[in-house]
Amino acid sequence: MVKGLAVTLSNLMRKPFTTSYPEQRIRQHPRFRGEEFTWYEERCTGCASCAKYCPLGIIKIVTSPSETAPLQGDKYRLETFDIELQRCMFCGLCVEACPYDALFMGSGFEEGQYKRTDLVITIDRLRQAEKNPSTWFRPQLEGMDYRPGEGRPLGWREVGRENWRWHQHEKAGMRLAAGRDDSEGEA
Amino acid sequence: MTIRTEPMTVNVGPQHPSTHGVFRVRITFDGEDIVEVEPVLGYLHRGSEKLAEERNYVQVVTLTDRLDYTSSMINNQAYCLAVEQLLGIEPPPRGKYLRTLAAELQRIASHLIAVGFFVQELGAFGTPLMYTFRSRERILDLFEMLCGARVTVSYMRPGGVFADTPADFWPALEQFLEDFEGELEEIENLLLSNEILMVRTRGVSPLPADVAINCSVSGPVLRASGVNWDWRKMAPYDAYDQVEFDIPVGQNGDNYDRFWVRMQEVRQSLRIVRQCVAQIEPGPVRQELPLVLRAAPGAEAYGRVEASKGELGFFLVSDGGVSPYRCKIRSPSLINLTITEHLLLGWKLADMIVSLGSVDINMGEVDR
Ligand code: SF4
Ligand code: SF4
Repeated sequence: MVKGLAVTLSNLMRKPFTTSYPEQRIRQHPRFRGEEFTWYEERCTGCASCAKYCPLGIIKIVTSPSETAPLQGDKYRLETFDIELQRCMFCGLCVEACPYDALFMGSGFEEGQYKRTDLVITIDRLRQAEKNPSTWFRPQLEGMDYRPGEGRPLGWREVGRENWRWHQHEKAGMRLAAGRDDSEGEA
Repeated sequence: MTIRTEPMTVNVGPQHPSTHGVFRVRITFDGEDIVEVEPVLGYLHRGSEKLAEERNYVQVVTLTDRLDYTSSMINNQAYCLAVEQLLGIEPPPRGKYLRTLAAELQRIASHLIAVGFFVQELGAFGTPLMYTFRSRERILDLFEMLCGARVTVSYMRPGGVFADTPADFWPALEQFLEDFEGELEEIENLLLSNEILMVRTRGVSPLPADVAINCSVSGPVLRASGVNWDWRKMAPYDAYDQVEFDIPVGQNGDNYDRFWVRMQEVRQSLRIVRQCVAQIEPGPVRQELPLVLRAAPGAEAYGRVEASKGELGFFLVSDGGVSPYRCKIRSPSLINLTITEHLLLGWKLADMIVSLGSVDINMGEVDR
């Protein structure tokens, strides 16, 4: 019985494993696939790869050709960009499919609304939202010790993979693994 | 004077806290003895196989998460193996190791659930379950670090895994392995030689090896009956041919053995994880493939893994399109349920739920 009491006592002294949620929060990991999608209009070309790749087909995109300079390859103008959050399963495949680093997962998980229609993220909401992209499938963000939701939001110039040394590293790694020469530099 | 009694039919489930999901079983009791058993399935049918036929090969990965939601990593792995066979590709070594590592962590998590609920069904409410869930929580945290989700992971892709590990994953994994050693010891001390548990489970609902084989049972249930059969050894996939581990085998196939085999498998999985950590080398994790995959028309493939519940297989047929023409899922829980009658007939009401729990079914996988 003394032994049993000793176990009880030692456990009494331990820190609790649980946290009481609304007041205390556990820090999420940077890759957490959360709700507020982060979308950079500056980067988005309206290619709708994300909409095509979503297993549920819940992203709706309507575009119109640009009137200013279509011949110069100016991008399409986006009219609708709806993400029906009610059905989203946060698989992140849309983010994986985006070729221009324009769409990111968010880091929140508390999207409660009174109306179902409020659960649809519209293009205006996406435009106005604070940009705290998750690093899911975007390791270029991991390279800079960035934590979504903490510190400042990121602008569109910072999230792309073009200028990241990381990207060149990874490319170099791939080339080495494929047994090819690494000497040709990244232009 | 004898009291005349008549058999009574009781519906257990489909919404019953102890039936591991929406599983209904109609049982006829004679007093307390079970004389007739009839499992009723299909309450959680979502048509995953049909849904898979309308999605492209990568999108189906998200569906596999939802089959056996306690071991989604292993489901991912089985499906990806099938697609890789179909396309004739192979993931790079680091991808293989990461898959093995993730699958073994998931196996630990799944077995911890199985053991926790098994003991809970014996009447030990809460305490042992909390012990096992404490450790499982740590594993889910690792998964969140790895792929951003805790249960519906979608971590693996045909041709590897979706991305390399984040920098803080490896220290966290080391820390977990260190702590889990002690936690596992605690759980083992608490349960393995617990007298009440032994009395309640030793010799209850034995499953002879020949019955188990005839019913196509697989996984820990089969091994508890004394059959040494594990796909990880029989047809090693991913990095399982690079690591050493033993297959724990029971003797009598009773409830205790099934429980014991799971506890031992946790130890072996831990061993595999350690070896993976030691052996893994830097490199690419995913073979470069187009976003939308296509297989040759008429190609067929069957990818199987040893999931935490048994043999999980995906049979894919391609017609040359972007999605599988047919996707058949061989789910271990469904096949393992076919022994329900053998397990329950003649035993008492009190052992019924425990025996069901010892099979460790998961309705998401039974009904698909
Ligand atoms: S996270 Fe998945 S389900 Fe949600 S919008 Fe993106 S692809 Fe669709
Ligand atoms: S895939 Fe990316 S660039 Fe294309 S429409 Fe979607 S968010 Fe825009």
